[in-house]
Amino acid sequence: MTTIATSGLTCAVPMIAVERVQLGHGSGGKMSAWLIGDLFVRELQNAALAEMGDGAVITGGADELVVSTDSFVVSPIEFPGGDIGSLAVHGTLNDVAMMGARPLCLTAGFVLEEGLELATLERIVASMARAAREAGVPVVAGDTKVVERGKADGLYVNTTGIGTVDPLCRPGPRRARVGDVVIVSGPIGRHGMAIMAAREGLAFESSITSDSACLVPLVERLKASATPVHVLRDPTRGGVASALNEIASASRVAIAIDEETLPVPDNVRAACEILGLDPLYVANEGVMLAIVPAAHAVGALEALRSHGLGRGATIIGNVIAQPQATVLLRTALGGTRIVDLLPGDQLPRIC
Amino acid sequence: MKYLSEYRDPAIARALIDRIRRTATRPWTLMEVCGGQTHTIVRQGLDELLEGAVEMIHGPGCPVCVTPLEQIDKALALAARPDVIFTSFGDMLRVPGSDCDLQQVRARGGAVRVVYSPLDALELARRTPEKEVVFFAVGFETTAPANAMAVWRARELGVRNFSVLVSHVTVPPAITAILTAPDNRVQGFLAAGHVCTVMGWTEYEPIAERYRVPIVVTGFEPMDILEGMLMAVEQLESGRHVVENQYVRSVRREGTVPARERVEEVFELADRNWRGIGAIPMSGLRLREEFTAFDAERKFGVARITVNEPTECRAGDVLTGRLKPPKCAAFGTRCTPERPLGALMVSTEGACAAYYHLARHRVVEPQAVAT
Repeated sequence: MTTIATSGLTCAVPMIAVERVQLGHGSGGKMSAWLIGDLFVRELQNAALAEMGDGAVITGGADELVVSTDSFVVSPIEFPGGDIGSLAVHGTLNDVAMMGARPLCLTAGFVLEEGLELATLERIVASMARAAREAGVPVVAGDTKVVERGKADGLYVNTTGIGTVDPLCRPGPRRARVGDVVIVSGPIGRHGMAIMAAREGLAFESSITSDSACLVPLVERLKASATPVHVLRDPTRGGVASALNEIASASRVAIAIDEETLPVPDNVRAACEILGLDPLYVANEGVMLAIVPAAHAVGALEALRSHGLGRGATIIGNVIAQPQATVLLRTALGGTRIVDLLPGDQLPRIC
Repeated sequence: MKYLSEYRDPAIARALIDRIRRTATRPWTLMEVCGGQTHTIVRQGLDELLEGAVEMIHGPGCPVCVTPLEQIDKALALAARPDVIFTSFGDMLRVPGSDCDLQQVRARGGAVRVVYSPLDALELARRTPEKEVVFFAVGFETTAPANAMAVWRARELGVRNFSVLVSHVTVPPAITAILTAPDNRVQGFLAAGHVCTVMGWTEYEPIAERYRVPIVVTGFEPMDILEGMLMAVEQLESGRHVVENQYVRSVRREGTVPARERVEEVFELADRNWRGIGAIPMSGLRLREEFTAFDAERKFGVARITVNEPTECRAGDVLTGRLKPPKCAAFGTRCTPERPLGALMVSTEGACAAYYHLARHRVVEPQAVAT
């Protein structure tokens, strides 16, 4: 596509200059990509950041370590299938695991809003402790700040995870190769739809629970099967569609997925139909994408399915050469369409 | 999933495509009226699968797209008021007004909330009596009953801090406007199934008769649309021009009478501007005199905001079928979903956005790289 310089053109509708942060900047779509690429990475640039992975590999003395950090602002803070405490543990451990690393420890920073009930805080911290214990990873440092009422939504948590690099498993978003297959470890769309249904103002009841879970054991099974894993990614905000777009861009390949193979639970599909949302863009917190050579697909699937979290693992597509940096979907009817990176948040439709 | 997967069955779809191809002895040009149908057509590649037999022109049935700029600017003015909580369906938030959109008003401190039903907005008004709650009542006849119900309930409950910014449009005048345009190419219509679920199809009978065009009331799933196309093509091939109903599981000839009655009680017909098309006489709804206490335009004095539509956006040509989105000079360059020139690039049901998101790999030919 040619680009036309816009500076010399007069345009009847003024281009909307974005001069303030909008919710879309946190959506995982194009606005997020712009904010990260054009502001944070530009200002803070270094070799570790430039890899644009879920975490960074750093060298301290003889050992290579992985560091990853994530902030959690989910509302409501308690939801079907989890809460902000367990989510903050799972989310960061998963980011470390997506680097192929084994997590060693976590830190936790809390921003508490004046007026938050202590009983609520206790429940959240206990849930956090339980999640950390189950993963066998201690929370070794922390910080607490309290802000005035109205300056935070109850409670925000930041967690940072540190892990040791596995020299035999170094997946990265740039390593997808033509001929690889794309595996998803389980049913998609549960976390995002559970949060939506739990939010005030949505007048439907649902049985959807978040999939929030620690993916470390699943990655360990995959590593034990000696699968040469090219890419691992947990498709959180922005969903499977955004994660695959990032991989296709970073690896300069195209990824083609088959509509009929996508594991979307019926209750998620129904809720998405009602709201006019696409499950491909809905957040997951206990599912991962693994891109592996086709010759190792069977071994990888067996390894994943040997663990409860990966019972529903399935191949959803493959990596092809063209068109570069694009995700295509083969529809059930035999057409193809683009699965684009959304500009901002998915907006529920009128009708 | 029950009631969904059977309407997306690939084997039945292929059989229907074969039948359409066998039935059509020449290429026919049809228009699907509703944006939801446009989305299904482009998303499933139905237009691609029927090339040479049926050409689909994408009609003006996306409520987000046809809401005129001046109504958007009124919404922005209301949302910026410190005493107002402005409520809207989600996809109106990114529609560009003259200088910003509702998301940017929210970033500047305006209280903008997404609701899923106008009755939720009314409930919000009851819970926050210290604020004025305004609901952006947009849409075709499909959303009109719920919007009418919210206003009717507000009056019944005596909720004084609730009002609506009305930008309702109706389908039949738009079809007539398209048919009377001098360069009209449309030979048959797929009417919007959900609009007809409310209104029935009696209004379409005189149009089919007078302009000698088949009109098929059609649903939104791939099977529905293919069957609707087949019924329209069969009429065209046999020289008939009547209203037929494909969407029998939802639509009756008289529509849904209680819903129609509530709409008629609260709203009356009025002239309305359509974004990109212009004024169409008696093509919109406005609040009846006895409900004007709930009219946000009067309540907050924004009724006099008028805006000229921009000239670069060729939405009118796209909506009337004269221009396919990818053929527009601004498509994908000066006009993208992140920086839309007009509303058709905003909603996923807008024809331009549908092409941009779903099908630009087949419509934008690769350009030689200049060296």
